[in-house]
Amino acid sequence: MLSLNNIFDTINMIDKQHLDIRTITMGISLLDCVSEDPKRCCDKIYDKITKYAENLVKTGENIESEFGIPIVNKRISVTPMALVAGSCDTEDLVPFALTMDRAAKTCGVNFIGGFSALVQKGLARGDELLLRAIPQALAETDFVCSSVNVGSTKAGINMDAVARMGRIIKETAHLTREQEGLGCAKLVVFCNAVEDNPFMAGAFHGVGEADSVINVGVSGPGVVYHALQSVKGAPFDVVAETVKKTAFQITRMGQMVAAEASRRLNTPFGIVDLSLAPTPAVGDSVARILEEMGLETCGTHGTTAALALLNDAVKKGGVMASSHVGGLSGAFIPVSEDEGMIAAALSGTLTLDKLEAMTCVCSVGLDMIAVPGETSAETISAIIADEAAVGMVNSKTTAVRIIPVEGKRVGDMVEMGGLLGSAPVMPVHEASSAAFIARGGRIPAPLQSLKN
Amino acid sequence: MKAIVTVVGKDQVGIIAGVCNRLAEHNINVLDISQTVMQGYFTMMMVVDLSLCDAAFDQLSRSMKDYGESRALSIRIQREDIFDAMHKL
Repeated sequence: MLSLNNIFDTINMIDKQHLDIRTITMGISLLDCVSEDPKRCCDKIYDKITKYAENLVKTGENIESEFGIPIVNKRISVTPMALVAGSCDTEDLVPFALTMDRAAKTCGVNFIGGFSALVQKGLARGDELLLRAIPQALAETDFVCSSVNVGSTKAGINMDAVARMGRIIKETAHLTREQEGLGCAKLVVFCNAVEDNPFMAGAFHGVGEADSVINVGVSGPGVVYHALQSVKGAPFDVVAETVKKTAFQITRMGQMVAAEASRRLNTPFGIVDLSLAPTPAVGDSVARILEEMGLETCGTHGTTAALALLNDAVKKGGVMASSHVGGLSGAFIPVSEDEGMIAAALSGTLTLDKLEAMTCVCSVGLDMIAVPGETSAETISAIIADEAAVGMVNSKTTAVRIIPVEGKRVGDMVEMGGLLGSAPVMPVHEASSAAFIARGGRIPAPLQSLKN
Repeated sequence: MKAIVTVVGKDQVGIIAGVCNRLAEHNINVLDISQTVMQGYFTMMMVVDLSLCDAAFDQLSRSMKDYGESRALSIRIQREDIFDAMHKL
């Protein structure tokens, strides 16, 4: 029997601690939309997305209302567009991004992911064309998100692609300079990208997935923070147990919503992503959880250890609560989307180098980081290479979402708006990496890839 | 379908009567009530059965919320499943 305390615990989590479902993401395969005629291919893409996701937003809203749990985002991910558009008789893939954008607007979702290419070992025709189209595609669309996988533990790192991504990010920042480089906030460079990630900007619908699928990303940094406030000064064993219990509750709620959405949309349930995804709202911060463990400011010595414990405990608590766990599953550390991270970066305690160390133990990578506009393409590529190396060697997903904001210098603030938040421009190292990036070629897969 | 109605607000005469009347108007059966007063604040949860309810969920939810606001109470109705998921193994 539910007690009065149980009921009001849940209500307080929702009302006062920002507990929510961060996203219901419908993955849709576009492999059956392939056509030689690019116009016909775009028409098929538009028709399929708008048919499958027609009721996605409405269903999400109904679940919100009946269960009383906010579902912040309803989104769509599609098959990497390089695979779909590669066989079309065209060299220009921008119209495919425009089609995705139009379909997203018709469905009422706030992002659509999958303007993507997987190039960890090399570029096929479609990949080449997609990479060329990214800057313009991101400048001309509102809701399209793009991602490129440049490395994996199995394949190593494609350094030619890494070099190009530095230039693509610069060009995207230039084309969207009126909006402080907003295009770059919708572009992720991955190592070990996952096929069932429900979170933007890196979501795409992998080729091993079903025709369509429902993936759910949960959240709840505020709930974990609140729970840790009740164990002040206790040893880490107690901290870990507290995080696990909280993660279990949050994920159970996510699993229930995922099952319900899957049933109502008559679409198979894919995974629940056990994530602590922060927002810029006060009380919804991952950085503040780390600080609650006893750190004066996030980014100081001890931060990596605190994050390692948090990330591990979230997974251990969540894994039993869901029938299928996937996606990125762990704590996110996006700078601009986390009120505590923004404060820590502003104070100078949280630096790019410390963030890189933190990405060794958390679920993604250098996320939503603003750097000076004059940062060279080679330096951005080198940042990507470092991050990809962390992912490759540790057999984990890493990502870089970095915004070189034209006209901005270290210490200036950049406003992205909404959930993307705001970020102080952080310094990068001045010493050049140009000759390193100019080498090109591939960094071979590490020994740990040889598991067969 | 079972749902949980929660009511929070300053204690006053006739809260339970008022809420129950509203529920009865929609043909909703009350299965269980648990209630306490903490520091002058009335806190109640009711388990209700919606199987014979004559209103759509969002309509019912709005009607309960509006009634609550007219008496300075926070009233909400949520499906029981969310609480079961979070608090029962």
